Amino acid sequence: MAVNSIERPQIECVWGWLEDVPDPEIPVVSVVDLGIVRNVSWHGDELVVTVTPTYSGCPATAVISLEIVEALRRQGLNNIKIETQLSPAWTTKWISAVGREKLKNYGIAPPDESSNCAGMLKVPPVVECPHCGSSDTERISQFGSTPCKAHYRCTSCLEPFDYFKSF
Amino acid sequence: MTGDPVFEFALRMGDNCLVLGQSNSAWCGHAPILEEDIALANVSLDLIGQAKLWLSLAAELQGEDKSADDIAFLRDVREFRNCLLVEQPNGDYAQTLMRQFLFDAWHLPMLTALVRSTNVRISEVAEKSVKEAAYHLERSTDLVIRLGDGNDESRDRMQSALKALWRFTGELTTPDDVDQALQEDQAAPDLDEIAAHYEQYTQRVLREATLVIPDVSGMQIGGKSGLHTEGLGFLLAEMQSLQRMYPGASW
Repeated sequence: MAVNSIERPQIECVWGWLEDVPDPEIPVVSVVDLGIVRNVSWHGDELVVTVTPTYSGCPATAVISLEIVEALRRQGLNNIKIETQLSPAWTTKWISAVGREKLKNYGIAPPDESSNCAGMLKVPPVVECPHCGSSDTERISQFGSTPCKAHYRCTSCLEPFDYFKSF
Repeated sequence: MTGDPVFEFALRMGDNCLVLGQSNSAWCGHAPILEEDIALANVSLDLIGQAKLWLSLAAELQGEDKSADDIAFLRDVREFRNCLLVEQPNGDYAQTLMRQFLFDAWHLPMLTALVRSTNVRISEVAEKSVKEAAYHLERSTDLVIRLGDGNDESRDRMQSALKALWRFTGELTTPDDVDQALQEDQAAPDLDEIAAHYEQYTQRVLREATLVIPDVSGMQIGGKSGLHTEGLGFLLAEMQSLQRMYPGASW
């Protein structure tokens, strides 16, 4: 197996490559920042990358798998398998601190994890405006430009913005 | 009952999502306001994603090298197992919204219970879908209250929608042998418990919306065993038109 250890890059190294794979909808964050990549492991000569879908109908899911394979091929890997895992279901709690900061700098308010998704007759969370930092914001629509975002408006600086819903 | 009850159950859950997702998507570009246009499209997307999960499970259980797409596009009306509620026509926006609310109010407690299913595959799909269903119910509840307790016209429309659709809600919680077989294995919940939850929630919301639940002489059932109303045929004719014209076509 000595030969394999030369051909098979370290798992940490693979994670590093995956950190450069952007999310197709929000390219400032990577698929690792979003917590979409759950595991990377070698099964013999095959590299298995376990991913989890964000929203079940998110059209980006198929593109993400494709981009992961392409990024790893560029590093010279050919034997790659993408495994999809449904459980535990993806949650915005898995978005890294770095990812949250990147979202905010990009103009998307990161998810407020204190607002649990109870579903029934609940009050929308207080969301800080990513542009001016004010908490005087209001929800325009629970559904935004992608399934994962809601549409908000800041009543201080009057700018509209996206809020990445806690999920 | 013939065949595997888990297969039948996966078809029912998947067909509910597929038919409702397809119906809602017809609003894309036509909804009364932009935010609702986007919301309807988002809800459709979630439902079609969930349909894919359930129908993939069904295809796998069927074991004839079928895919979720084969199941969605190559069956005719009598083979569909969705409930009658979701195949009712879009009508006006009030009817589409009321249909969504009456479905969501069942879907959320159902999926919540299914997360605890002894069948791992059912439980995984439920776990993935339940958070989406929670957002759907939050939206439809909010709008039913706002429009029911709105102006005269919005209230009239919501009341008419409720009158047209209420008789299809009983089917959601009326068990048959498939439901009973799954319940015995603790793979699916006791529908009486879901019914109690459904009644309590819908009554509370509809009361707040100042809407009156109509008296109906009997609840309509049939969808779960393949006996459908007129609307489903038209919906499938449109949804399946490409596969009917060009069998086996793929991207």
